Amino acid sequence: MVLADNVGKKFGHHEVLKGVDLSVAKGDVTCLLGPSGSGKSTLLRCINHLERIDSGRLYVDGDLVGYRQEGRILHELDDRYIARQRTKIGMVFQRFNLFPHMTALENVMEAPRRVLKEPATEARRRATALLEQVGLADKAHHFPAQLSGGQQQRVAIARALAMKPELMLFDEPTSALDPELVGEVLKVMRELAASGMTMVVVTHEMGFAREAADQVVFLDNGVIVEQGTPSEVLGNPQHERTQSFLSRVL
Amino acid sequence: MSVSVDTPRRVDDFEVRKLRHPWRSVAAVIVGLAAVGVGWVFATNPNMDWPTVGAYLFAELTIRGLMVTLYLTVVSMLIGLVGGTVIAIMTLSHNPVLRAVATTYVTIFRGIPVLVQIIFWGFIGAFFPAVTIGVPFTDIVFFSSPTSALINSTTAAILALGLNEAAYASEIVRAGIQSVDSGQREASSALGMNRATTMQRIILPQAMRVVVPPMGNEVISLLKTSALVSVIAGNDLMTNLQQVYAQNYKVIPLLVVASVWYLIVTTLLSIGQSQLEKRFGRGVTSTLPSRVKRVSR
Repeated sequence: MVLADNVGKKFGHHEVLKGVDLSVAKGDVTCLLGPSGSGKSTLLRCINHLERIDSGRLYVDGDLVGYRQEGRILHELDDRYIARQRTKIGMVFQRFNLFPHMTALENVMEAPRRVLKEPATEARRRATALLEQVGLADKAHHFPAQLSGGQQQRVAIARALAMKPELMLFDEPTSALDPELVGEVLKVMRELAASGMTMVVVTHEMGFAREAADQVVFLDNGVIVEQGTPSEVLGNPQHERTQSFLSRVL
Repeated sequence: MSVSVDTPRRVDDFEVRKLRHPWRSVAAVIVGLAAVGVGWVFATNPNMDWPTVGAYLFAELTIRGLMVTLYLTVVSMLIGLVGGTVIAIMTLSHNPVLRAVATTYVTIFRGIPVLVQIIFWGFIGAFFPAVTIGVPFTDIVFFSSPTSALINSTTAAILALGLNEAAYASEIVRAGIQSVDSGQREASSALGMNRATTMQRIILPQAMRVVVPPMGNEVISLLKTSALVSVIAGNDLMTNLQQVYAQNYKVIPLLVVASVWYLIVTTLLSIGQSQLEKRFGRGVTSTLPSRVKRVSR
């Protein structure tokens, strides 16, 4: 589903990603772990082209992200094509980024209405069902400011799912939450994983990584240090950097 | 349940004495006396000539001028709003040509005094005697007309005020757009929205919250600035009253008439502004139940 081939990214002179190879199979859950500044969020943002990669190739569902290849030439894609590529990829942000001027229901309905051109009745029916799926049917007409962080993040997940994505990206979805609200968001994510959604999750929640992930990837300083099953990477880390990181967060 | 003023509030067994503000009463008396004094000076000054004020306050000439003033303000403001939004979006565009055009526009129209611009548009006929549409450098002409027939004093006033307003409004809209959190744009992109949809549905509605208060200021300022079009005989409130006092020399009473009307309209506009602020504060400043129940479109 996602294939990263020697992906590199620089911000100015600072190399954030130094040749990352990653493969995510359809239906799998991949957790990206690592200290802050390791490049895990940047890698995630490259997958839906919120950041442009500087070297290597990145494929989602077989399609090159952000470019069109003709022989030995890579053509940068027009905004419209990039937007079309993104409709297949849902994203959930650390700070929710809900639209504050719209109710929960309107937040979920907006993209299906404007991008997929769904009729209002159909969009509302699906949005209501999605809010029910994340346990917020009774909050449909609340504005984001009237919801708790955990509720807002669940609305954000429903909003991303409304585009019927084939891949869901989570960028530290629980890092901005009060500790007692983390559980409700992780529960929704576990259900989603169980339903067979392909997910790439940047997280510090080791419990979630251990239970829900098929693959755990540990990044440090722009490179993948270690990857494997949760029991391999979390249970029996081979590298010294992985060991010291895990000893600090566990 | 409200506590009556007479029964002192009690906490447990203690009576609670409210903090007193004796100087407020003193200040109120002084300010009140000063206001009465100023009012008295104006009311009793024989040069005020209240009968003339009364005669012209609702005179047909005054009301006609007022209507022109309102018309100038509304139309110029619409040009300013639409033009300002377009220029603001151009200023923030990735396209360097659009950016350069927008920046140049703002530099020119904000940099030249609006009085100069009004006079320029008023005398545009002296600069371009005729407006001709045709193929340049050939004799092919589709349309030609003397400028004076196309641009009368009202059109000139609208062009001057509207184009000037667009320059100011663009800076306000730009600030509003930039005040919207970058996460909003990212979320919209991640949902597959294109730039136009993002701007129209997500960014501008949120920018409005920041834009409305200074824009209300602009409307009020524009209403008063429109008095300057009297220099090109714009038929507005100020022009009409000026023409009267040029004949009867009752300058002060007629200025009072003008002031009364400008004050009335600006007061009404201020009320409208606060209503708009409430509307665009949706989801941020207000958690009123009536808004929560609103059915989504």
